[in-house]
Amino acid sequence: MITAFRLILLAGLVICAIATALTKNLMRSVIIYTVYGLLMSVVWLLLESPDLAITEAAVGAGITGILFFLTLRRIHQIDKDPDHYAHLDGEGGDDEHTA
Amino acid sequence: MNTQPNHANDPSLLELWYNGGLDLTDHLYIPVEDEPQPAEKYRPKHNDAVFARHLYRYARVFNVAGTVLCILFSLLMILTVANLPAYGDPDAPTVNEVAERYVEQGTAETGAVNTVAGMILDYRAFDTLGESFVLFTAVAAVTILMERKPKKKVRRAEVISYAEDDIVRVVSRFVIPIVLVFGVYILLNGHLSPGGGFSGGAIMAAAPILYAMVWGDEQASRVFTARRIRTVVVCALGFYCAAKSYSFFTGANHLPSIISTGTPGNIFSAGLIMPLNVAVGLVVCCTMYSFYMYFRRGSI
Repeated sequence: MITAFRLILLAGLVICAIATALTKNLMRSVIIYTVYGLLMSVVWLLLESPDLAITEAAVGAGITGILFFLTLRRIHQIDKDPDHYAHLDGEGGDDEHTA
Repeated sequence: MNTQPNHANDPSLLELWYNGGLDLTDHLYIPVEDEPQPAEKYRPKHNDAVFARHLYRYARVFNVAGTVLCILFSLLMILTVANLPAYGDPDAPTVNEVAERYVEQGTAETGAVNTVAGMILDYRAFDTLGESFVLFTAVAAVTILMERKPKKKVRRAEVISYAEDDIVRVVSRFVIPIVLVFGVYILLNGHLSPGGGFSGGAIMAAAPILYAMVWGDEQASRVFTARRIRTVVVCALGFYCAAKSYSFFTGANHLPSIISTGTPGNIFSAGLIMPLNVAVGLVVCCTMYSFYMYFRRGSI
């Protein structure tokens, strides 16, 4: 049972790692990377290092994802959907440009 | 245009005074219309079809080379992992007298039930100090790179104002204290249970980040000012340096230390580990929050 669980986790890790590199959409890539962090934290737990598991869950799955999202926003890879801002027409696109 | 001054005809000071100054019309640089404009767009010299073909060919070579390198390194890594000693193998080179001593006498020597905390904050506290300073340096670098003045003009309305959203506001009010308490628990309990400075600090940082997300950056920067954050970080690092300097000094010179390890298992035990955990946690928390704010709006 636990072996099957481990195998599923490890397969998920490999799939996530490959998908992170191959996904064209950067935002999806970051989301998959966050999933990788979550899976990794469970793997750490199974490897009997709960310290690392907690840190991985907080940093790998939480903080890193947030920072990546902010970076994507900075380089204008999110918010590209025109409908997203449809009701704000005339107030001038992305606020980062007005800096 | 004549830009070479003719020194033979230079006026004397008296003439200058009499004429009311030097006539520099000839020397002033006035751009002429037909001069090449520097802001002209770059165009490849050959035609676009050839350029695109070259680019495509080059990109294909690049892809093939990248794939080959990827497979090669993957094979290397898989081979390395296959040659590692089995998990939990007693003959592994990592199971030596150092690990033995950590496991057997760690709790007695450091007073920490959580041997990992005893290792990273007592035996190897110098490493952890270095890691804290790495974070400090990272914040400094991010500050240098991302710092910019907050925008004078009012930002356009958020697409969704989270503070006006009933669900988000109520849930955040409920969640933020819980996150903070859990982070503080992990910090303070680091020597007794899994956890410690880094994980606890990262969890604690989620609370101010969530606060900034929901109630806006301006509101958050009014509460967590740059001055406060800097003070906390510098005080925590300074405390870490001072405390560990004392314990290194006494330990290296075989002097009696006033810090006792206490009873293992008590919350106030393990000597310096709990305060050091708190110091590291504060540094990590402030670092993560500063990262968030600098990436988000360019200032704390």
